[in-house]
Amino acid sequence: LEKHLISNLSRFVSLSIHLVINFPSLSLQGAALVMSARSYSDFTTQASFEIKKCDIHKLDEAPATEVVMTRDEGLQYYRTMQTMRRMELKADQLYKQKIIRGFCHLYDGQEACAVGIEAAINLTDHLITAYRAHGYTLTRGGTVREIMAELTGRRGGIAKGKGGSMHMYSKNFYGGNGIVGAQVPLGAGVALACKYFGNNELCVSLYGDGAANQGQIFETYNMAALWKLPAIFICENNRYGMGTSVERAAASTDYYKRGDFIPGLRVDGMDILCVREATRFAAEHCRSGKGPILMELQTYRYHGHSMSDPGVSYRTREEIQEVRGKSDPISLLKDRMLSNNMASVEELKEIDVSVRKEIEDAAQFATTDPEPPLEDLCNHIFYNDPPLEVRGTNPWTKLKSVS
Amino acid sequence: MYCSSWQFWSSLHKGSSGRCPWLLFPFFTLWLFAPPPSQLSRCDWLCVMTRSDRVVNCSCDWLKSLDLSRVTAFSPAEDRFNMAASLRCFLRTGKNAVSALQRREFHRSLPAAVQVTVRDALNQAMDEELERDERVFLLGEEVAQYDGAYKVSRGLWKKYGDKRIIDTPITEMGFTGIAVGAAMAGLRPICEFMTFNFSMQAIDQVINSAAKTYYMSAGLQSVPIVFRGPNGASAGVAAQHSQCFAAWYGHCPGLKVVSPWNAEDAKGLLKSAIRDDNPVVFLENELMYGVPFEMSEESQSKDFTIPIGKAKVERQGTHVTMVTHSRYVSHCLDAAAVLAKEGIECEVINLRTIRPLDVDCIETSVMKTNHLVTVEGGWPQFGVGAEICARVMEGPAFNYLDAPATRVTGVDIPMPYAKILEDNSLPQIKDIIFSVKKTLNV
Repeated sequence: LEKHLISNLSRFVSLSIHLVINFPSLSLQGAALVMSARSYSDFTTQASFEIKKCDIHKLDEAPATEVVMTRDEGLQYYRTMQTMRRMELKADQLYKQKIIRGFCHLYDGQEACAVGIEAAINLTDHLITAYRAHGYTLTRGGTVREIMAELTGRRGGIAKGKGGSMHMYSKNFYGGNGIVGAQVPLGAGVALACKYFGNNELCVSLYGDGAANQGQIFETYNMAALWKLPAIFICENNRYGMGTSVERAAASTDYYKRGDFIPGLRVDGMDILCVREATRFAAEHCRSGKGPILMELQTYRYHGHSMSDPGVSYRTREEIQEVRGKSDPISLLKDRMLSNNMASVEELKEIDVSVRKEIEDAAQFATTDPEPPLEDLCNHIFYNDPPLEVRGTNPWTKLKSVS
Repeated sequence: MYCSSWQFWSSLHKGSSGRCPWLLFPFFTLWLFAPPPSQLSRCDWLCVMTRSDRVVNCSCDWLKSLDLSRVTAFSPAEDRFNMAASLRCFLRTGKNAVSALQRREFHRSLPAAVQVTVRDALNQAMDEELERDERVFLLGEEVAQYDGAYKVSRGLWKKYGDKRIIDTPITEMGFTGIAVGAAMAGLRPICEFMTFNFSMQAIDQVINSAAKTYYMSAGLQSVPIVFRGPNGASAGVAAQHSQCFAAWYGHCPGLKVVSPWNAEDAKGLLKSAIRDDNPVVFLENELMYGVPFEMSEESQSKDFTIPIGKAKVERQGTHVTMVTHSRYVSHCLDAAAVLAKEGIECEVINLRTIRPLDVDCIETSVMKTNHLVTVEGGWPQFGVGAEICARVMEGPAFNYLDAPATRVTGVDIPMPYAKILEDNSLPQIKDIIFSVKKTLNV
């Protein structure tokens, strides 16, 4: 009997070793399946959290400080933020390998802003931002594949390779704008259209602390307030406008007060629930016809301004590490969920793995997809127009342009 | 042909819609006995027509060389009728001048044609398009309650209200961006610049946000917007208010740039521009606003459009091709009339569209006449004329040229103020005639 047991045991061990070595994912999935099946009913479906109070300007009340988040919501936010983070880090890698060229402004560290805003508005609402746009392209409906292929300039890109990092568009998402501050009047124009059509939609216009000093933004504040446009102006204050800190660029760093006659909120942009709650408050303000509202999200970017900026000449590595350690948006969310028993470590790890895989696939696609065909060079000059002839680099080269 | 004083008086009476007509009596009796209009200063006449309190910059020298009795468009009877009609309009503010001018009892021309000023043609175009499509709206400085800085949008705010005719603060960059954003979100804005000089403040929004977007988004985002306003030199407004932007906007792919001359051009091209799904820069001319032109019955229809990108041969000729746009079409036609007496037949091409340029029309004409003269108000360097010359050189028409092409342009200086300096910094009829003769080597 003992011999039997030992031989069975050894057989079992060898079988399991065989399984683990050859089918590692299977065993893990199996284990996870067993784990989650066992403890699914153990997770809390929702919990309430205490969040930081927002500073208010020309408002009678502030957004709520006690908010509720469900398990599903938490997992979805976690997944999206992790996807965003990994996508940006992958872009960093590809840029260093010279597979991505030109401008590349990375969004890691600011994920809570994009995901929090999207959580509070609908896909039928509108959004426009500046050049640090990869995160918003994702939340507004772009896929990681399309975004990465656009960065590498391939035909599978969201703009067929013709826009690049700064010019990504999707439904109700107006880019991706390269000129600092120009997107704010555009966003107010979209809000004007919302009011004109009377469809109860609003437009979120984002800009940075650097852009906040632009004249056209103040022109926009004036007209938006005058005509009571349903516009939410959001300043993503990541403390540095390229290499210039806010103290060196702005006479008043209270960006939420810069709208003067427009009510404002200052929000902790590293806490996704803070951002979500403030955006809900702002959206309700707009939809009730009270006119525009301003939000300042205090956030931080880990990378430099763009890939050509190491990001440490105007700030210390200690500062970056401190923010990463204390206020990383993904870690904050993860800690919240774990400490409230809304998810398990394994489950979140599983999400990490699946996200990693998705990014790998997308990067693979982005590096192997062919570049746009030369025939596409002159297309998309005009919309809904008959084909026209475009002069090439010399008088004998006549290229064709189709709408 | 000559209308009796009774007929003249009764036409005025009908036109004044019973609002104290008798008050007009003293003015018009004086008129009836006034010297024939041909001896009055044309500048004064144009002042009345344009309701302008500035003396219009007409280089009156050209008038002296013209034998007015042979210029058929302005017979004494028609002159008197037109002056009376416009004075009527002047006194009776707020009424649509076109309805007054449409009183055809004493008109000698084709039965269904009508005299319409460029201003009224633009007004009609916008009115018809606003009515046709709910998404069209107008925004700009003073377009609503002031009836338009140059009265081009007169009556529109009263008819369509605050939602569709929007007065903006004096913030070009801001409101141009708002107009472009609205176009991106599905509306069809007409963005008026008080003059195109002010569009320089907003040029980033026109080029980077409007013109390039359809390309950058690879067809995902179109921008159906019209930027319109007066362009080029006016009268006595000096350097910062007199620049021509045809070359600046004509340089950029993604834009269509249109430059109408007469009322028919204005109406047809503006309607096409508004119906076009792409950004169109519509360059008007302040000095042309008050000039009346005959509009055919066809062009009075609500669906009358002129295709963008097609030039028009205004006058057939055999010896030289004159290519021009906007106000200078008038100058070229007048120069052609003078040259015709010397046996030189000029073909005058009204470009109508700066971008895309109708090179085929120009080439066909040059291959017929073998000589080319371009005329424009803008500066010579990198201008419209320079582009035309380069295109002709690159195409088949080069082999047909008997002489190098000539450009007649504005003088390469910021616009001065003093009248004599201003008159001499823009092409005059005599300059055009001189250039043609030099090109033909006569």
